[in-house]
Amino acid sequence: MELIDRYLVLVGFGETGWGALLLSAAAMTLGVSVCGFLTGTILGSVITFMQLSRYAILRWLADGYTTILRGVPDLLVIYLFYFGGSAFLGYVGGLFGYQGFVGMPAFLTGTLALGVVSAAYQSEVFRGAFKSVASGELEAASAVGMRPWPKFRRIIAPLVLRYAIPGLGNTWQLVLKESALISVTGLVELLRQSQISAGSTRRPFEFYLTAVVLYLVITWASSSIFRHLETRTLRGTRRAL
Amino acid sequence: MDFIFMWEAFLTLLPGLPLTLELAVTSIVAGGILAAVISLIAVVGGPIGRGFTRGYVFVFRGSPLLVQMFLIYYGLGQFRPLLQDLGLWVVFREPYWCAVIALTLNTAAYSSEIFRGGLQAVSVQQVEAARACGMSGPLLFRRIVLPIAVRQALPAYGNEVILMLKATALASVITIMEVTGLAGKLIADSFRAFEVFIVAGAIYLAVTFFVTRLLMIIEFWLSPHLRMRPPSLT
Repeated sequence: MELIDRYLVLVGFGETGWGALLLSAAAMTLGVSVCGFLTGTILGSVITFMQLSRYAILRWLADGYTTILRGVPDLLVIYLFYFGGSAFLGYVGGLFGYQGFVGMPAFLTGTLALGVVSAAYQSEVFRGAFKSVASGELEAASAVGMRPWPKFRRIIAPLVLRYAIPGLGNTWQLVLKESALISVTGLVELLRQSQISAGSTRRPFEFYLTAVVLYLVITWASSSIFRHLETRTLRGTRRAL
Repeated sequence: MDFIFMWEAFLTLLPGLPLTLELAVTSIVAGGILAAVISLIAVVGGPIGRGFTRGYVFVFRGSPLLVQMFLIYYGLGQFRPLLQDLGLWVVFREPYWCAVIALTLNTAAYSSEIFRGGLQAVSVQQVEAARACGMSGPLLFRRIVLPIAVRQALPAYGNEVILMLKATALASVITIMEVTGLAGKLIADSFRAFEVFIVAGAIYLAVTFFVTRLLMIIEFWLSPHLRMRPPSLT
């Protein structure tokens, strides 16, 4: 009992508690994950367009992108954006006569790295979803005289999104868990905040356990949101199984 | 692009490869055994077994591997006197073993779901047919259920193996100098992120390429009945 009381004071919202900081760090985790995920959605749809293009060179480039980004550890991608970005900013600074180190903003690093990695996964999800759009629907749209853009907006995009939701849900969970790696750049998200708190109180076990619990709450909540979305977008459709 | 630097980077990173492979192989083998046990409990363990395995899978799939690693390496360090009394401190003071334990527990959660899916995909008719031939118990499992389940689970399990190979990179955060650890150090020293990224990425891609080919061969070897028959004269 005494153990539990001491733990609750440690992670609580009292004067010596770290609760508020942990919660705001969890918000930062959510923020960087959402930004990274949306960046990945935009980039991923561009790559899907390339994969489905009639030009071999574009298909080839897109395949190379997904193969490399899915085959290389994400930590390396984060290092690339963090150090590479700083070097690039330093170079740009040098052009304007500024000598010295320009650090890459950690939030931007996180958004870019998560976006670039998740784009590789999301493009595969979109491609699979596009393949499951019945070709009859596309032909029907052409038959009633839709030009490419209205056809995309009215027919393809809604159908692809409907089929993509389960896959997008998986990718979101991946991004969320990957966001913990951004802590190596010093962005104060959930894991980094736990490290800081653990360091200053010398109670690592309690804080990392709390981090695990908070991550579980976020993944559980987001998976139920995605489940809800899935049933909502499937209204009015019949399923064999 | 500075090819001389990239060659030097390659020579710097290559000594980390054995450690990466060692981490991956140890945790994949140990995690595979643990996953087999967990998926068996899930399938035959009744409501309690199912509840336990569901909880295990939820916790290890729902939280980041890096946090699990920190919890084991830094978190358990807090209980040093207790662990010393139990004689476990020799394990938990080594970052290598902590990384292996975290990777093993993590991959066991993912793989057990894959194995469970494979086991449950074995159709009732096939089991009935085997029973009709007089097989039951271990013999039925060994001859019928296991081969079919392995075949069904292999593609998904292959993905998991590749993911584990990439996941070993996280061990570098708890001071293990495998390929990514050496790459991070080299980038911080030389500040040439792009070249080092290309070299380290190429090493990982080479290993992944090799592993995917190997899995394709195993898949080919396990599904002779799906292959085209050789043309015959009669």
